[in-house]
Amino acid sequence: MEYEAVIGLEVHVQLDTRSKMFTRVGTGFGQPPNSLTDPVVLGLPGALPVMNQEAIEKSIKVGLLLGCKIAEVCKWDRKNYFYPDMPKNYQISQYDQPICEGGQVEIEMPGDNPSKMGPHRMVELTRIHLEEDVGKLTHYEQDSLVDYNRAGCPLLEIVSEPDMHNPDEVFAYLTSLRNSLVAAGISACDMEKGQLRCDANISVRPKGETTLGTKVELKNLNTISGVRNGVEYEIRRQIRAKEEGTPIIQETRRWNPEQKYTTPMRTKEMAHDYRYFPDPDLMPVKIDQPWIERVRAGLPEKPFDKQRRYQQEMNLPYSITSALCGDHLLCAYFEEAAALCKSAGKVANWVVNDLLRELSQANKVDEFAEEEAEKITPQSCAVSPQMLADLVNLIEDGKLTNNVAKELFPEMFTSGKSATELAKEKGLDQQSDDSEIEGICAEAIANDPDAAEKFRGGKEGAINALKGAVMKATRGQANPKVVDETLRRLLS
Amino acid sequence: MSSNSLIFKSATELSQDLQAGTVSSVEITQAMIDRINAVDEQVHAFLHMDVQDALDQAKASDERRAKGECVSPLDGVPVGMKDVIAVKDQPLTAASKILENYRSPYDATVVRKLKEAGAVVAGRLNLDEFAMGSSTENSAYGPTRNPWNLDCVPGGSSGGSSAAVAAREVPLSLGSDTGGSIRQPASLCGVVGMKPTYGMVSRYGLAAFASSLDQIGPFSTTVEDAALLLEIISGHDSLDSTSYPTEVPSYSAELKNSCEPKVLGLPKEFFGPGMDDEVRASIEQVIEYYRSIGYQTKEVSLPTTDLSIPVYYVIATAEASSNLARYDGIRYTSRSERAENAIDVYAKSRGEGFGSEVKRRCILGAYALSSGYYDAYYLRAQKARTLIRQDFEKAFAEVDAILTPTSPTPAFKFGEKSDDPISMYLSDVYTISTNLAGLPGISVPCGFSGSGLPIGVQLIGKAFEESSLLQIAHAYDRAHLHGRQAPNL
Repeated sequence: MEYEAVIGLEVHVQLDTRSKMFTRVGTGFGQPPNSLTDPVVLGLPGALPVMNQEAIEKSIKVGLLLGCKIAEVCKWDRKNYFYPDMPKNYQISQYDQPICEGGQVEIEMPGDNPSKMGPHRMVELTRIHLEEDVGKLTHYEQDSLVDYNRAGCPLLEIVSEPDMHNPDEVFAYLTSLRNSLVAAGISACDMEKGQLRCDANISVRPKGETTLGTKVELKNLNTISGVRNGVEYEIRRQIRAKEEGTPIIQETRRWNPEQKYTTPMRTKEMAHDYRYFPDPDLMPVKIDQPWIERVRAGLPEKPFDKQRRYQQEMNLPYSITSALCGDHLLCAYFEEAAALCKSAGKVANWVVNDLLRELSQANKVDEFAEEEAEKITPQSCAVSPQMLADLVNLIEDGKLTNNVAKELFPEMFTSGKSATELAKEKGLDQQSDDSEIEGICAEAIANDPDAAEKFRGGKEGAINALKGAVMKATRGQANPKVVDETLRRLLS
Repeated sequence: MSSNSLIFKSATELSQDLQAGTVSSVEITQAMIDRINAVDEQVHAFLHMDVQDALDQAKASDERRAKGECVSPLDGVPVGMKDVIAVKDQPLTAASKILENYRSPYDATVVRKLKEAGAVVAGRLNLDEFAMGSSTENSAYGPTRNPWNLDCVPGGSSGGSSAAVAAREVPLSLGSDTGGSIRQPASLCGVVGMKPTYGMVSRYGLAAFASSLDQIGPFSTTVEDAALLLEIISGHDSLDSTSYPTEVPSYSAELKNSCEPKVLGLPKEFFGPGMDDEVRASIEQVIEYYRSIGYQTKEVSLPTTDLSIPVYYVIATAEASSNLARYDGIRYTSRSERAENAIDVYAKSRGEGFGSEVKRRCILGAYALSSGYYDAYYLRAQKARTLIRQDFEKAFAEVDAILTPTSPTPAFKFGEKSDDPISMYLSDVYTISTNLAGLPGISVPCGFSGSGLPIGVQLIGKAFEESSLLQIAHAYDRAHLHGRQAPNL
């Protein structure tokens, strides 16, 4: 029998806000343990939560970006449970009135080959709600340590419908969601830093059936590949169980990334009664239409819309746009350079090939470095969009050869000097000087009268010997187009 | 001036004396310390008193005054704190064993405001554990005694705050009122106690019992003093999202304005059976007095009155079960030494750290919020609460204030009700609906029983109209000043 998997994802995204969800303490990764705390975060007697407007605004932004219905009122509930990750022993969350409902995430499945666009479709969302993050526990043999730096950070939970059917779709969903959220400045979505976390609800059923099978919640999917592998494993496990006739129980399972299997964490019977009730410390906040419209006005273009625009309006090939559109900073850089340049296509090539290469080399992680180095972005790198545009324009104008430009670019990236400046320093810019080229061409003709004669006699290929001589004399720095034109002129 | 005469002065008089330069804040504070040393062994209003800290604050006040930099009428006047209101570096036990070793690293907003006004914030006052009770018998550190009769309870939960003022150990104090916890002990101890409108005073720094009902309010010997203290602690606070953005008038200045006679509502449901005869007689005298100065009285109906106790005990306990979850033995609360695993830490620390009334209410509240019961209890109680609020709204369309007894009886004896939770809960029958409706209420001393126990009258006002309520209360109080009578200790 053929089986079909049904997958829904619960994605937690830490909002990038200056202060925590309900207090003024700042947020940040890698600070000394328990340094980002105050009476509210620590749940001291008498401390009260106060809402962070920036977090609500960012949640509205996500909702608008994903086409959700925005709630008229932002209301808070308490989720009660005893666990040391939450100092109050309740988490402030949204139970029956999430800030966003419905919505979709556009995903792209792999195409036939990397240069071809794959099929797109919408994955339906159930709801998005805002809550406070919990602290981080580290367990040792005898003790457990807790760090409340993360506790109280604004956390968005994006819940999809059970609308995906294989690990590729899950991967595509996460990638698309992450690209959109990063581009909108919602979160850096770094899974390693816990800024994006994902649980998957998975069930299988005989293909063609419409009722859902018993669902298993999969946790500890800490990397994108972990999500893919974990989901893949769990689907296999469930199908095998079905085939063997073992019942699948409704439970929460943990993905073990080292051993590559899932193990039970708790069953449905062990599920908490969270005793949700409206948080009496927080007044509901009205979200009116003018507020929504203000947020809407600041929405960025969605990555897939941008990609379609690049393809349609700029005639960029799919492979280039797909390399660009996964990175909104690269897109911004590209658009700025393209505006200053005669050929958007050529700029795109430079950005996707040369700039990306230099950036990835520069950002290679030094495992022995004591502190994490600040990442170099397209915007912070030494080659400004103007400098790249100038470089491309010089090539277009025949003032630099492509080869020279390729040689200069890494130096531009390290030194921050312009192409013109570097070419002058190295004496490479001279070759585009027409009179000098003309001299060298004349010399080549003089040195090889035989070839000149043959060309004049109609043997087109004979010009190549002359070109080769010119290139040799100029150590390959002459613009081939100019050389070709000059030789033909002199020989005519 | 002998210290003995200082302790019998009202805060207003002390403020005038300080201004006249006839007394210093250090002298007042020292007189207070001497009085505590003399009588608190009997009364046990104080759980903690940082003498040096109080004298340091008094000295700073005197220095300010000497430089002509006095910051408010209460600059240099001592104010005691119920031990649920956070004062930086001072203990905060909530009269619970579970917070035995806790000190607050920060000031509650009311404390910050008082310190900014130059008041001497001194003393941690006894209460029923986590403000749950009506007699102060639920304190883990022993009960407070009624200064008028040491065999009687002072009321609760703010029994320490009311007894300290009644015993003249401190001229002013703050308490908190969730279902009557300021007004009932004020009534039983013969002092003025006021619960402001919900949202009028910041709750930031008040260890929460029931968040949607709790309010901090003043204790004093006169309505005038209550106004003085209330105007300092009131006002919007960006740290409390339930605090109401409104201008705070100078209540004490407005008391001096002449006040037209008003219309007082007498809710018929409050004057039924269950009211002690002496209390009834005393309240009738108050009504007579108001009539004599031109006030009108009018019978009004609050038909949902009988719902208020059940509704209160669902909502308050539900919120408490969640609010008190943080006292878990993990971080700042005492951890059971018998705990052997994580669940033990919670179960045994809470089991050993909480008293039986706190446990009873946490269990009740957790039950009311449980899956499958939420709709039947919590949600229903919230709907009934709306009805109670609407009853008051209707009544206030016809009257300016509602007059009732504060407590159905004068102070009762220790142990009289402590084994019978329901009869204890009924001692708040007149005060609870005010909290459910979020309205301001004040208890003003209005006489004594035959056995010499104080009786109080409650006046309930319109939301955020504290000024009018204080004026009405003052109209009676200025002419009688029962609260200025001190017990013999």
